[in-house]
Amino acid sequence: MTRLVACAGMVAALAAHAVSSFAATRITDATGRAFDLPARIERVYAAGPPANVLLLAVAPEKLVGWTRAPHADEIPFLPPSVAGLPELGRLTGRGNTANVEVVVRAKPDIIIDVGSTSATFASLATRVQEQTGIPYLLFDGSLAETPRLLREVGRAVGASEAAEALARDADMQLADVAKRIATVPEAKRPRVYFARGPNGLTTAPRGSMQAETLALAGGANAIEPPPGFSGSLVNISLEDVLLAKPEIIVASDPALAASLKTAPAWRDVPAVRANRIYVVPDLPFGWFDAPPALNRLLGVQWLARVFYPQLFPEPLGPVIKAFHRTYYHREPTDAQVRALLDVAGIAR
Amino acid sequence: MSGLSSRAWFVSGTAALGLVVLVLLALGAGRYPISASEVAAILWSHVDGTSRGGTADAVVWQIRFPRIGVALLVGAALASAGAAYQHLFRNPLVAPDTLGVSSGSALGAVLGIFLGAGFVAIEVAAFAGGLLAVGAVMAIASRLRAHEPLVTLILTGIVVASLLGAAISLVKYLADPYNQLPAITFWLLGSFAAASGGEVRSLLPAVALALIVLLTLAWRINLLALPEDEARALGVDTKRLRAIVIAAATLATAASVAVSGIIGWIGLVVPHMARLCVGPEFSRLLPATAIFGAAFMLAIDTLARSIAPIEVPPGVLTAVVGTPVFIFLLARSRRAF
Repeated sequence: MTRLVACAGMVAALAAHAVSSFAATRITDATGRAFDLPARIERVYAAGPPANVLLLAVAPEKLVGWTRAPHADEIPFLPPSVAGLPELGRLTGRGNTANVEVVVRAKPDIIIDVGSTSATFASLATRVQEQTGIPYLLFDGSLAETPRLLREVGRAVGASEAAEALARDADMQLADVAKRIATVPEAKRPRVYFARGPNGLTTAPRGSMQAETLALAGGANAIEPPPGFSGSLVNISLEDVLLAKPEIIVASDPALAASLKTAPAWRDVPAVRANRIYVVPDLPFGWFDAPPALNRLLGVQWLARVFYPQLFPEPLGPVIKAFHRTYYHREPTDAQVRALLDVAGIAR
Repeated sequence: MSGLSSRAWFVSGTAALGLVVLVLLALGAGRYPISASEVAAILWSHVDGTSRGGTADAVVWQIRFPRIGVALLVGAALASAGAAYQHLFRNPLVAPDTLGVSSGSALGAVLGIFLGAGFVAIEVAAFAGGLLAVGAVMAIASRLRAHEPLVTLILTGIVVASLLGAAISLVKYLADPYNQLPAITFWLLGSFAAASGGEVRSLLPAVALALIVLLTLAWRINLLALPEDEARALGVDTKRLRAIVIAAATLATAASVAVSGIIGWIGLVVPHMARLCVGPEFSRLLPATAIFGAAFMLAIDTLARSIAPIEVPPGVLTAVVGTPVFIFLLARSRRAF
């Protein structure tokens, strides 16, 4: 008898599933794989941090968890309903921390990944999809393409309207910054060095994915990539930094910025002499490169003001507020905005 | 005997002269273009106290000089520690990291990066990690009395190092993939790029102390090459001597790894090169090994910072150069060492 009930329940569930998948949307991801997605998608698994940020913006109510649970200092910047979601691990990129059974248990309708779309990652996506039976969609994550990415992901997770509004905003922001800095000739752009790693000698040269924020904000990356460079980060010597004569340094963390200010060997770098070392704010997500998602839009607004205060007379504070409200769904307090501005080294 | 000795003097002298030439070349080499005469003028200005600063001065004095100093010290330290260990364990295949010092230092540094520590704190953590790892190996091995002590020590070192390796992997796995993981990877590859006067000042006393201790004990260390009971019969307290040699070698290696990261091959290959030139007698072998090691490391690092627009990890170059050298040495030397 119980077995009969269970059977009936299963049939009903299958029928419901069939009905919901009846109204399928056909979607092709960045790897060219086509998916017939159910029209109603309630639960979405973000495979990595960039996808996590994107889905927080597009469809926070559909997120099933975090790839890494927010830290105590990040939580006050996130909507409480989302901040409390469980940590499920990442399925993507450099090393996979998620257990496939955990993914299945979270019962997502769809898995969204943003990042490299090379054959390696496409085959990983296909593998997970075969193991779990859950559609795994992979999208390309460059910052300049954020509006397109928002629209694609919005369509995939059934949140096209919300995504369209965000895409328009992102489009407008990028176009506005691009239009204003277009008036500055190449030779007049500040030479900027992006310092990271424990000693500040790891950098992202011109053209690398990690330096996209800098490029879109109109800075001239002081470090040229080595010939044939297709990667992301390189280690260089301090002599290269001295040779490049950067006028501004963007440091990945405050400890590094402090050590660059006092290291005798760095004293002759023009940016250090002029005391123009800026620290990248990282709450709740980094403004410059980590994770490589739409959070970097705020970095573009910040650096554009650092580089060209006359072209961007509007204060950054209200921009931060609006950005958090629109993309993170929680308006920061004045004190929080103040704290971010302090890290960013910008007055208002 | 005297013939051999004068040969040792000749070899060491030639090597030392080569070292001076190498230092001068290294001072002139680099990405920032400074002519040889300018380099000479800058050096002289620091001798007679008329230095006027400027970028070229900073490059020579603050970047190249400390970097050359660190490379020399690290090369001498790793090679000497390797020579001491090869004598101690009567085994041509042991290297300074046989007792887990590199793995311990690496774990210390990796934890430092993981916890977001500053640069100096990372170096201190690496140094402490190396000492702790070897301390643990010694403590465990001394409690395992059932076997031949040297074999026990090596095996304990290997298993502890692999456990530490697992811990490093775990930290890498948990690290933030965008900022921490690249930093950890780059640290583990080793580099002299961040060398400053501070590194020279902290490295110099550690390496000097270790070398003086080893040199003072040289003739007794020779006796360690004898079988255990014979050495004891000659009145050497092998256990105590072994502990002192390990302590000295560990001090030098841990200090080196803390400032430069893990650079392999030097400690394994250079003692063999030196032994081929001056023979196995330790009081001759040690100075030759130290000079060879310093020269080899400096040559490698000068290549590492000048052959490409980006820094080439010196650990990669030592392996590329070290492997053929080691195979050549194996082919050349038929006699037991």
